[in-house]
Amino acid sequence: MTMLSLSDVSRDFITRGKTIQAMAGVSLDVSAGEFLTVVGPSGCGKSTLLNIVCGLLAPSRGSVLYKGARLTGVNTEIGYVTQADNLYPWRTLRENVEFPLEIRGVARGERRARAAALIERVGLAGFEDHYPYELSGGMRQRANIIRTLVYDPEVILMDEPFGPLDAQTRLLLQDQLLKLWDGARKTIVFITHDLGEAVALADRVVVMTARPGTVRRICPVPLERPRDVFHLHDDERFRQTYDTLWDDLEAEVRRAPA
Amino acid sequence: MRLRLLAWRLGFGLAVLVLWEAAAGRVIDPFWFSSPLRIARHLIEWVREGTLFGHLLVTLRETFLGFVLGSVAGIAVGVALSRLEFVARVLDPFIVAANGIPRVALAPLFIIWFGIGELSKIVLASTLTFFLTFYGTFSGLRAVEPAYQEIARVMGASERQIFFKVSLPAAAPWIVSALKVGVPFSLIGAIIGEFMAASRGLGYMIQFSTNQFDTTAAVSGILVLMVCVMLFNGVLNRLERYVLRWRPRERTASARELQ
Repeated sequence: MTMLSLSDVSRDFITRGKTIQAMAGVSLDVSAGEFLTVVGPSGCGKSTLLNIVCGLLAPSRGSVLYKGARLTGVNTEIGYVTQADNLYPWRTLRENVEFPLEIRGVARGERRARAAALIERVGLAGFEDHYPYELSGGMRQRANIIRTLVYDPEVILMDEPFGPLDAQTRLLLQDQLLKLWDGARKTIVFITHDLGEAVALADRVVVMTARPGTVRRICPVPLERPRDVFHLHDDERFRQTYDTLWDDLEAEVRRAPA
Repeated sequence: MRLRLLAWRLGFGLAVLVLWEAAAGRVIDPFWFSSPLRIARHLIEWVREGTLFGHLLVTLRETFLGFVLGSVAGIAVGVALSRLEFVARVLDPFIVAANGIPRVALAPLFIIWFGIGELSKIVLASTLTFFLTFYGTFSGLRAVEPAYQEIARVMGASERQIFFKVSLPAAAPWIVSALKVGVPFSLIGAIIGEFMAASRGLGYMIQFSTNQFDTTAAVSGILVLMVCVMLFNGVLNRLERYVLRWRPRERTASARELQ
């Protein structure tokens, strides 16, 4: 089943009186349960793409279909893990994770239980009553992700969620994310600037062009699941996929203004 | 460390008092500057007669009611204008102008309008806290990180939920610090009002004593005011630390101040 369908989506921004095209003619179908990653040079409109998909931003041209229906306004069936963790600093870890459930009127007991289960799964047990400033970057990003998972949205958008983390923490979190996803098989659209991460996680990788961003290539990843992100790099198929995609990505990165 | 700090502070305070007492009658004329012992005797007298308590109560009541009135109105208008962008822009110069009026200039008018009783002081005190809390609330709500609100919207929050669960707590540091500054300002308003025309209150007493050249009584009144402000500050700092407990310690305003 096609979960998300973008056809010929463009988006312009006006800055200093000039119209700048951030995205031009993006067409993309994402099926239910698919893990799709998007890579591209910086400034190619990757975040714009996610903002349009969840309805925070309207496309200038083209249409977005969610389960076949045209999108109007914010789509609350979609979860959005932003690049900055955006945890509410005045709420403890537990209260942050419970926030979407609180919004939805879930009873206190159930809220507690659902949050606790996820907190436990990502290894944050014992930190429930800490405020965000008391947590490390990796912990905050884990909290950010489970805050979205806790209300079980059908589609999850992730905007470079591991971007600011160190290499080891990234690997750990990639592994955790894949395990969480294996359990629930949600549809995920995951943006990253790290091609290795894109290949390791995805069913299909989308390479975007430099601005105005459009789809340059969509490439399936021929690796079985579950995957071992710690040793994937030795796999011949991983390297081949990586190399093919890198040729495309490199060309675009060179075109983009540094 | 804390004990050492406390000891030095006590020592400094005592040194000032001792020097003052020693200088009174030798270097300086106690007729103009009074002296610690004279003040202490006077305060004891006041407490014994019961005058101090009565006047203090009046001033505190004016301060408190003025503070509540001003800050409730300030927060309400701040919330309203933060949502009505155009109205806020229309009113902006008028608000700046109104806030620019020196409150001392308003005091006589308020006494004409609201009488020499407590009401005129309450209104005067409230005009001071009103602008503080209005600006605090308005700017605080304007400064809320838009991503906080958008993320809540995507999670399915209603506008009402976004306001109460996201915007308001995010603006809390601004509002709390405005409220904190508002208390001593409210007291200033009450005192100015009492200076102008009153028949009760600490400000009235200080004014009255000064007119009689009774500097001991005037300084006693001022000392009582000082102690009140220090007590308020202590309570407010604690309150702030509790409400803003989610912030790293070194970033709260109270941590930057001398404890």
